[in-house]
Amino acid sequence: MATSAAATVSRAEIRLWRAGLLGAFLALWEVATRRAWVDPFFVSQPTVLGAQIFDWVRSGFIVRHLLVTMQETIIGFVLGTLLGVAVGFAFARWQTLAHVFVPLMVALNAMPRVVLAPLFILWFGLGLLSKVVMVISLVFFVVFFSTYTGIREVDRDLVNNARILGASPRHMIRHVLLPSALTWIFASLRTSVGFALIGAVVGEYLGAHEGMGYVISYAESMFNATGVLAGLLVLMAAVIAIDLGLKRLDARFSYWKPIAK
Amino acid sequence: MTVDRPGHIVLEQVTQRFALPREGREFTAVQDVSFDVGGGEFVSIVGPSGCGKSTLLALVAGLVPVTAGRISLDGRPVDGVTPRLGFVFQRDALFPWKTVAENVGLPLLFRGVAAAAARPRVAEWIARIGLGGFEHYHPHQLSGGMRKRVALAMTMVYEPQIVLMDEPFGALDVQTRNLMENDLLDLWAQFRRTVVFVTHDLEEAIALSDRIVVMTASPGRVKSVYEIGLPRPRSVTEIRFHPDFGRLYETIWKDLKDEVRLGYERSRHGLPG
Repeated sequence: MATSAAATVSRAEIRLWRAGLLGAFLALWEVATRRAWVDPFFVSQPTVLGAQIFDWVRSGFIVRHLLVTMQETIIGFVLGTLLGVAVGFAFARWQTLAHVFVPLMVALNAMPRVVLAPLFILWFGLGLLSKVVMVISLVFFVVFFSTYTGIREVDRDLVNNARILGASPRHMIRHVLLPSALTWIFASLRTSVGFALIGAVVGEYLGAHEGMGYVISYAESMFNATGVLAGLLVLMAAVIAIDLGLKRLDARFSYWKPIAK
Repeated sequence: MTVDRPGHIVLEQVTQRFALPREGREFTAVQDVSFDVGGGEFVSIVGPSGCGKSTLLALVAGLVPVTAGRISLDGRPVDGVTPRLGFVFQRDALFPWKTVAENVGLPLLFRGVAAAAARPRVAEWIARIGLGGFEHYHPHQLSGGMRKRVALAMTMVYEPQIVLMDEPFGALDVQTRNLMENDLLDLWAQFRRTVVFVTHDLEEAIALSDRIVVMTASPGRVKSVYEIGLPRPRSVTEIRFHPDFGRLYETIWKDLKDEVRLGYERSRHGLPG
């Protein structure tokens, strides 16, 4: 009895702990910079950061840049996901294709995209296109590999049962393979959203006129730690918001799955 | 062993080998298996684990092609999955993302039956298996026995002439199992489909079947075939008290036990065949 009581810490208690730790961290940061234990030039200050973000939001400055980044992220994310699912499906369906191209996929995926970013900018310009390509190059592989695995790992009994029950190849995709792969695809989407945003921001950081990466890069070139950290905080908030949305969507699509115990 | 009803299965010298590429040799799952099952007959296959019972069912279903020999259904050789056949898997093999009603209706959907025509048939089968009110539940919300009944309805809804069952009740507790066995016998008496029932439980096989095929330890061959001849209709819980039941059990068990021991010894020493 004692162990079970100890194991079930209430949700409220956990929230309290989280808020408490965050508060303590911010307080320590504030005090340390005010008493000049640490130079705020290097690490900024929570109150200054808050003021900066508030100012950005009020003037509409950050909204404009965030929208640019979001646009690149979403376009690249959607295209990369569609491409990943389509190719993953094709590879699972036609084994020869997989035998020929999977090693190539692995090799391509091993290339650090961050280093490729300058090339993308060279090829596709300073604008939207180079960032979208950058995002696709990150999202595609994550989605491709999980779709491919998802379809290959489909329960053999279910496939055999569908065959016995009279499924045509199209039925098989629609009623067995796709629903079964959807769980894997969704799990990968939540990872790839983070990747998508990173791709867009890194692209902007290395060459752009606008977007969050540009804002951060500009602040950095001015040795403005507050600007860099405020930019990062805004990005963080954006990722958390998107992730929450996807979590809801995931729950909707895997209603048939029992809650993990 | 009458041929007047449809659903007559004939196996002639059926052999199945699998390549074991890692060990660079072949594994013979079943060898020279011949027997036939009359239309509407209830036949059980018993044998030690790993004797190829399940392989045999997959071959009859056309899921796997035979290496050698012939299998025919009503005179037509098996060369792939046929729509006249049903298969109840060891695990329930329900589609977890579909509701009870969608699962039961799936074979009708696959067969192009219009939704309006399918609905009453699905409803009828859901009522027959006693799951009225559970139409919109998903499989994970049901008990093991309920899922098994859904699997049974899913197979019966398209009225296959032959029903293959691969240890269908193995995972159920004894009480649920006996209830399900009685339900199965009722269905069988009512519809008179050919049933091939694989089990490792000899009591279950005797209680249910017209005949029992005993298989040897791997590679699986037919060791002997027994006529059961207990009176029908039967109740699986009461038929065990019939004077002939014990005698049959003893005779068949004598035959089976050497194979079971052999199968066990081999599995202990990791020798598949």
